Amino acid sequence: MIHFVLLISRQGKVRLTKWYSPYTQKERTKVIRELSGMILTRGPKLCNFVEWRGYKVVYKRYASLYFCMCIDQEDNELEVLEIIHHFVEILDRYFGSVCELDLIFNFHKAYYILDELVIAGELQESSKKTVARLIAAQDSLVEAAKEEASSLSNIIAQATK
Amino acid sequence: MVWACEEEMRRCSNEECERLDIVGTRRDMIRAIRASKTAAEERAVVRKECAAIRAAISDNDHDYRHRNLAKLMFIHMLGYPTHFGQMECLKLIASPGFPEKRIGYLGLMLLLDERQEVLMLVTNSIKQDLNHTNQYIVGLALCALGNIGSAEMARDLAPEVERLLKFRDPNIRKKAALCSIRIIKKVPDLAENFIHAAASLLSEKHHGVLITGVQLCIDLCKISTEALEHFRKKCTDGLVKLMRDLANSPYAPEYDVSGITDPFLQIRLLRLLRSLGKDDADASDTMNDILAQVATKTESNKNAGNAILYECVAAIMSVDDNGGLRVLAINILGRFLSNRDNNISMGSFVILVGSNYFRYVALNMLMKALAVDSQAVQRHRTTILECVKDSDPSIRKRAVELVYLLVNESNVKPMTKELIEYLEASDPEFRGDLTAKICSIVEKFSPEKIWYIDQMLKVLSEAGNDVKDEAWHSLIVVITNASDLHGYAVRSLYRAVQAAGEQETLVRVAIWCIGEYGDMLVNNAGRLDIEEPLTVTESDAVDVVETSFKSHSFDLTTRAMCLIALLKLSSRFPSCSQRINDIIVQYKGSFVLELQQRAIEFNSIIGRHQNIRPSLVERMPVLDEATHSGRKAGSVPAAVSTSQGVSVNLPNGVAKPSAAPLVDLLDLSSDDVPAPSSSGGDFLQDLLGVDLVPMSSQSGTNQAQMSGTNVLLDLLSIGTPPANSSPSTIQVSPSNVDTKSPVDLLDRLSSPSAPSVQVSTTAGSSPMLDLLNGFPSSSPIAVTEGNGPAYPSIVAFESSSLKLTFNFSKKPENPQTTLIEASFTNKSGEVLTNFIFQAAVPKFLQLHLDPASGNMLPANSSGSIMQKLKLTNSQHGKPVNIVTSAVLVYSDSYLIFSVIPQKSLVMRIRIAYKVNNKDVLEEGQVNNFPRDL
Repeated sequence: MIHFVLLISRQGKVRLTKWYSPYTQKERTKVIRELSGMILTRGPKLCNFVEWRGYKVVYKRYASLYFCMCIDQEDNELEVLEIIHHFVEILDRYFGSVCELDLIFNFHKAYYILDELVIAGELQESSKKTVARLIAAQDSLVEAAKEEASSLSNIIAQATK
Repeated sequence: MVWACEEEMRRCSNEECERLDIVGTRRDMIRAIRASKTAAEERAVVRKECAAIRAAISDNDHDYRHRNLAKLMFIHMLGYPTHFGQMECLKLIASPGFPEKRIGYLGLMLLLDERQEVLMLVTNSIKQDLNHTNQYIVGLALCALGNIGSAEMARDLAPEVERLLKFRDPNIRKKAALCSIRIIKKVPDLAENFIHAAASLLSEKHHGVLITGVQLCIDLCKISTEALEHFRKKCTDGLVKLMRDLANSPYAPEYDVSGITDPFLQIRLLRLLRSLGKDDADASDTMNDILAQVATKTESNKNAGNAILYECVAAIMSVDDNGGLRVLAINILGRFLSNRDNNISMGSFVILVGSNYFRYVALNMLMKALAVDSQAVQRHRTTILECVKDSDPSIRKRAVELVYLLVNESNVKPMTKELIEYLEASDPEFRGDLTAKICSIVEKFSPEKIWYIDQMLKVLSEAGNDVKDEAWHSLIVVITNASDLHGYAVRSLYRAVQAAGEQETLVRVAIWCIGEYGDMLVNNAGRLDIEEPLTVTESDAVDVVETSFKSHSFDLTTRAMCLIALLKLSSRFPSCSQRINDIIVQYKGSFVLELQQRAIEFNSIIGRHQNIRPSLVERMPVLDEATHSGRKAGSVPAAVSTSQGVSVNLPNGVAKPSAAPLVDLLDLSSDDVPAPSSSGGDFLQDLLGVDLVPMSSQSGTNQAQMSGTNVLLDLLSIGTPPANSSPSTIQVSPSNVDTKSPVDLLDRLSSPSAPSVQVSTTAGSSPMLDLLNGFPSSSPIAVTEGNGPAYPSIVAFESSSLKLTFNFSKKPENPQTTLIEASFTNKSGEVLTNFIFQAAVPKFLQLHLDPASGNMLPANSSGSIMQKLKLTNSQHGKPVNIVTSAVLVYSDSYLIFSVIPQKSLVMRIRIAYKVNNKDVLEEGQVNNFPRDL
């Protein structure tokens, strides 16, 4: 089971956090500080797994961003690397050559995508296409609602003219 | 995929960004925050935003609620408090539109966790949304429940989720399946409700549903054996077929990951098969073929393939035995180990990471595999050894652990050689681990002692400062036990110290050996053929000890050892005696109490007591290996059991008269003062930890406690009383000296009385105090004119109502047996009836009780009951010889002198009687018996 997902920039800024196990606010801050201290300082030749408090943290670096997932001792680390990559590919497809800025300004979108990919700390969908389709469908629902609202306000505006 | 680097991003964001004074959109806020140059500026922006959001909340502003929440989430991510936004989430969730709900649920999952009370309020909204007609809203609700649902919510909403497992849209079914996992983890009782629904998910076609369904089954198996049985019976065949289809499936673009069809599903299937096949021969049989196929056919040049192989290996290791498969699995791991590809490509992207992670996972698995088939793992020994040198500490740690498990009698030599070679190159933080492991390997499997000594010397020379105390202690024990290697050991150590004199534990062992076997160092005694000749003069040997002694980098233990070695050498090398004395004298004023005290004592021995010195610094008796290993386990008291070795070692059992002064020198604890009543002295005794209390009767236990627990006690109070110093004197004296002369004699002995405490106190202030002659004396021991010694009567037991005195007598022809006359008096005002006395003694004593003179005690001490006891001490006089030699005991890391006494007497008593027809039971322990009974 994935206990949490962290996206940390090389400068130690948190870009995304998702907690599937209960941690209090205080613990969360502590965990982030502890792990960014451990992971950001690791040399490029070291392996992508860190043992931490009886769990394993699997991380992978994409340009300036570290994607970290904390899993149980008996979980398959290699698969988690694959899940991280899966997530990144979906982000890439969604944003079109995703970069860190996309994740900063559209952080909620990144969360929506993650929610289509992982629930309760378990993988939900292995097809990138399906995830993309679901996100697009929900986005269009939001757009439709916006248009409706603006056309409604137009009507009201015209009526009150 | 283009990843702009941070600098670049900052620049463009600055360009885009103009600081907005009015609070704007989410995007504007993020820009403003990112444009902040200092933390204070950032805080100011956040404060302004928070104020605006709070205002909007209190105005109950509808239009910008979702925008405000989005801002709050960003602020939350930066680590600022956002609790005031929690209710906004609930309001958004409760609103009808999808966009509001979407952001509301996101906020709920981000800002809250399952432990917050607010969550209770949302249960109802979630319930409504789970029944919503819009499937995306149902999806949102499922997602929130799956991610942060509490046990209460799980209980309340389980029926809805169960229903949704059969929803028409597969995307809802898969979400419901994962939600069920959360529910059964929170409330395991609900597991059985999900078994059948989960099983039906396994026959779906949609991969999302399959993945989540299989995962649900895995978790159900963990929680409920009923589920496990059900799936084993009903689903094994289907799962095997599914796995086969997947493994053999042609290219499927939607699920393809670097040439493999849906590795995620394959991995989960393998994991479920593992649970089903564990401890079940039939199920294992069904899946053997497909496991073999996956293990052989899966491509291993990409991470995805390796992830599957890894899972497959795990499955093979836990399903029921199939030898061939296991060898296959372990070979796959061996391949992982030798994988040194540093730039594994995943898909079309080259990843900038070190990819020696295969080693990591392989080592993990091999560790588990070892329990199953160690033979197959042994074959990959060289590769595993290679991993000990990996640059990654977590891999090194695993590898060393694995190597440790792999070593056995047959491969210990090459393995140790490799490890020691590596020790030279290893980095400091890893050395502690590595040395501990090497020491333990070498100790456990060494084929011969000389090899053990050689290897330990290498380790000590290389990483002496990282070696644990037990390791060098064991080395000393082994050296003392290998009598033919004493010379070899001391010469090798001498050479090693010349080369690596800064390794503290090496120095300790060397110093100890030079002290013990210094003569062999000089005269090359017992030279082995393989040794190169070595010429060391006596003063060279002293040089080594002196250098270490004066080195400031070594701690007290090492220096104390040096001091003792010097004393020993002063006797071994008479020509250097004066030089050694000069060195010792320098430390008579040392600020370190231990060194000062020893220096004074040793100076006195060298200067005044030439005649006893040789016997005093005789070689240590062979240390008992069994005791030592017992001590490591923390149970056996060291000093007590070494006594055996001592008595064996010493040639005669007669106490030499000259031994007596030694008693006081080495043993600061005074002897049996009948009752520790000296008031002034008590404090000092306590302060210095000197055991004045009738030690003779409890020394056995005391010794044990002292060696382990109280360091201060170890340092200051030294050992136990000399049990047999007096009988030898006494038995001689009546024949040729008058009654007073024993007292004179004893005067010289600075006999067992409180003033001996002064030794330790005054020694500090006036080092020149004569240690041996400076005491007044008052001997409690009386000598009768007749035959044999007499012993003072003791009050063995006293309570408010009873007093018990013991009178002792011995027949000279049978010194082992003591006749005790017990007399009871009743101090109370009431008559005691039905009086019964019982006594128990340790095994080495035999006790015989004669019938008592009566069973009624008159009141007010007006009469007494007499009872005779016959006590035979099987250990009587046994360790007489101990006094002639001080035994060096290293207890933990402190060196203490200890003199081992004759076993002392102790007796437990129980007295039962009736007062006014009421039963009374009194119990006690008598441990103030006179010595040498």
